Formats: sequence, structure tokens, C-alpha cells
Amino acid sequence: MFKHIVSGIQNIGHRVIESVWRLGVAARFFLLVLLKSSTSLRRFGLVVRELYFTGVLSLIIIVVSGLFVGMVLGLQGYETLQKYGSESAVGTLVALSLVRELGPVVAALLFASRAGSAITAEIGLMKATEQLAAMGMMAVDPIARVVAPRFWAGVISMPFLAAIFSVMGVFGGYLVTVVFIGVDEGSYWSQMQSAVDFRFDIVNGFIKSCFFGVAVTSIAVFEGYDAPPTAEGVSGATTRTVVTSSLVILGLDFILTAFMFRGVS
Amino acid sequence: MASENLIDIKDLNFSYDTRAILKGINMTMQRGKVIAIMGGSGSGKTTLLRLIGGTLQPSSGYVKFAGQVVHELNRDALFALRRKMGMLFQFGALFTDLSVFDNVAFQMREHTDLPESMIRDLVLMKLHAVGLRGAHRLMPNELSGGMARRVALARSIALDPMLIMYDEPFTGLDPISLSVIGNLIRRLTDALGMTSIVVTHDVQESLKIVDYVYFIADGVIAAEGTPQQVRASVAPFVHQFVHGEEDGPVPFHYPAKQYRSDLNLEDPVV
Repeated sequence: MFKHIVSGIQNIGHRVIESVWRLGVAARFFLLVLLKSSTSLRRFGLVVRELYFTGVLSLIIIVVSGLFVGMVLGLQGYETLQKYGSESAVGTLVALSLVRELGPVVAALLFASRAGSAITAEIGLMKATEQLAAMGMMAVDPIARVVAPRFWAGVISMPFLAAIFSVMGVFGGYLVTVVFIGVDEGSYWSQMQSAVDFRFDIVNGFIKSCFFGVAVTSIAVFEGYDAPPTAEGVSGATTRTVVTSSLVILGLDFILTAFMFRGVS
Repeated sequence: MASENLIDIKDLNFSYDTRAILKGINMTMQRGKVIAIMGGSGSGKTTLLRLIGGTLQPSSGYVKFAGQVVHELNRDALFALRRKMGMLFQFGALFTDLSVFDNVAFQMREHTDLPESMIRDLVLMKLHAVGLRGAHRLMPNELSGGMARRVALARSIALDPMLIMYDEPFTGLDPISLSVIGNLIRRLTDALGMTSIVVTHDVQESLKIVDYVYFIADGVIAAEGTPQQVRASVAPFVHQFVHGEEDGPVPFHYPAKQYRSDLNLEDPVV
């Protein structure tokens, strides 16, 4: 019995040490990526190519999801607000929900599942098939040539995708409430315009999505680069990217919201 | 005058944690020769290639390449040294997102400022040397295993290196591809004046093309010699390896306790 307790505690200790150690490796890796980003800036074509794969190819899921989230927000918002005779405020509800929270957060969650997992799988498979080792033997640094362009492409894509998500959401809300239900179009837009503040809402939403972009792509490239070079290793790394990114996005969102919107009416 | 030896390996030891992989290896590799390193799986052959390429650090001893001790070089000097080396990985390790042409052009674009027109000519010449000029537009997933390795070979000679290391170049190839790769290794070594190190356990194919053979077993050099000496060798390990005998110094059975006792067939104690 005593033996089991001791081994249980040892296990926990071992896992904690392992996690802290891995966090240290990840932090060093992140610094290396930043230090070796000069190639990406000098040869911006490498980043543009990755922008297509991470950003442009994520557009469909972002556009469709944004539209539906906005439609649902409009529907639910209208149902609740009409009880108090405030259905004209539905535009405000849709816009603030999207710009402050749902746009950056849901777009980042979708980005992690669509692009983050793809980045991890691609880098992991390049490692498993010795492509990264081959690059190193050709005197080309894989972090500068493979990892950094993907990292910057992800960081650049994320705010744009979040903005597109929010715009589509506002349009989805408009479709449901104004076009289908018949809320006054003027109220929908004018209330939105007066309630949404550029500095507090749009800029803060933009800052959030930048943080999420850095978090998701850092996790994705690290997991790919650190993946054991086997089929099982790559699949595990891909799963970890999605799970860790999602938790980090939600945790970061709470912290950022607490700093940004505390005391703002 | 440059030394006749391109590579000198002296008292080389390497361990993963406490597990010794290479124990006191001494080798010399002359310029312009094809040298085979043979041995069973897990005997440390690929580790030796990685030590020559500087992707691993020895525990003690050194690898000297063209007069420079590899593990003492800083990162920039090591990368400069690697431009003089090429490596053919076991399954080619072609960049799957680049076409055959772009794979071969990769190093030229990364390390030189050559104009695209000249890169085009050079790439086609390299591909012609391996017989795949007509395949330059294909993607790696459209190539057979043998073709992929030939493209990888063209890629590794892109900058005319002094040394090419081949890691198991014959694995999984049909007899025709196997013979093609073997002949290419010999022909390219002679034509370009390079040195080649072939890590393999394909005895018959490699003995046809190499100048010298090292056998590694349990991290030490078990035997060495020219192909003629190897074929004539009566040393038990070499004989077993060359003739593919099931049992010998490398036992068929993994160490275990007595078979009878494992099956509980011991006579009862009276």
C-alpha cells in the first residue's frame, strides 16, 4: 500500500519535471525560431507560399462558420431581446459578441484545427521521412527554411481570419434578423455603429487574435518539430496541437479579456 | 599537396546515454574510392555517417574531414564543410512539396546566386547523369522507389561534393533498380572524382562496386579488406555475413534461458 502511494507520488513528480523540461525546450525553440526569422523576411516569397496554405485554404471554414455563428447569434439574440422590446439592439449584441470574443476565439479554434494540425503533420512527416535531416546535411537550417516561414504565415493569417469571421458573422446576423425576421435595417446598423468602439472593441479583438496566432502557430511548429519520427508520433503530435492550442486559446482569452475589458461598460 | 586521405577517423567512441554504440573506431578513407561499411542492423553504421556529417558529437576521438576535425567546428564552419558533402538517405528523403527539378535545384538556389537559366542547365545535366532528365516535371509521389533514389542522388551531387555518403541505398529495390543504383555510385564517383561511403548490408551488390570494406559488429571494426580479401576471408564473422549464414558469431537466438526450462520440461527433482 505504502509502496503504491510512493510510486504514485513519484509518477506525478516525474510528469511535472517532464512537463517543465518540455516547456523549457519549447521556449528555447520559440526563441530559435525568432532568431532565425531573417531568412523569412529576406525571402518573403517563402512566407507568401505558406500564407496560401495556412491562410487562404482556411478561408472556407472561417467564412462558413462565421456566417452560421452570426445567424445563430441573431436568432437567439432576437428571441431574448424581443421579450423586452429591445429587438433593435440585436445588431449591437451580434457585433460586440463577435468582435470582442467569438471572432478571435472561434476563428483561432478553427485555425488550430484546420491549419495548426496541418502544420504539425507536415513538419512531423518531414522529420519522419528524413527531409529535415537531409536539409541539415545540405547546410540549410530547417528552422530557418521550414519552421520560421510557417510560423510567420500563421501569425499574419490569424488576425485577418478573425476579422473575416467577424464580418461574416455580422452579415449572418443581418440575414436572419433583418432579411428573414424583419428587424428594422436602420436600427440594426446604427445601434451597432454607436455601440462598437474602435479602440476598445475592434483593436482589442485584433490584439487578441494576434496573441492567438502566435500561440497556435508556436504550438503547431514545436509539436511538429518535436514529434517522434513515427506514424504514431506524428498522429499524437497533431492531436496535441489541437488540444493544447484550444486550451491555451481559451485560457489566454480569459486573461486578455480581464485586462482589456475590466471596467469597460 | 592535399592529403591522400579525405577522412581520418581516430579512436572514435560514441554512446547514447550509457549505451556504447561505437567503441574505438579507426578508419582511413582515401580520395576517389568507394568504401563500404557493412554490419548488421543496429551495429552503428548510420551513427558513423552522422558523426562524419557532424550531426552527432563523439564521446571521444575524432573524425577529420579534409584536414578539419568535424566536431570542433562552429556552426558556420560546419555548414561550410557540409557543402562539400552529399548524403543519400535510405528512402531518398526528397522534399515532397517540390518537383523533381526543384529538388535537384534546391541547394543551388539556397547556396549560390546562379541565374535561373544556368540552374536549369545544371539541373538537367545532373538528372541526365542519373537517367531521369525526362522526369524533371514529376512530383516525388509519382516516382518509384528506385527513381526517387536516383533523383536524390542527382540532388546530392548538385554542388559537386567531395564526399557522398549513402545510407542503405539498396534497401527495398528490385534487381534492376539495385544494379542501376550500384553502377551509378561507381560511375559518378569515378567521373566526378569524389569519395563515396556506402553503408549497406547488401553484400553481393556492394562487393561488385567498392574498393574497400569495413565490417562493424557490436561497435568495433570486426574485419576490413578489399572485396577480394573479403570473399576469401575465413574469419567466422565475415564468412557468416558474406554467405548469409543463419548461425555463427552472430547467433540466431536472442540470449535466453534454457529452452527446456522455459517450457517447464525440467525433470522433477527426485
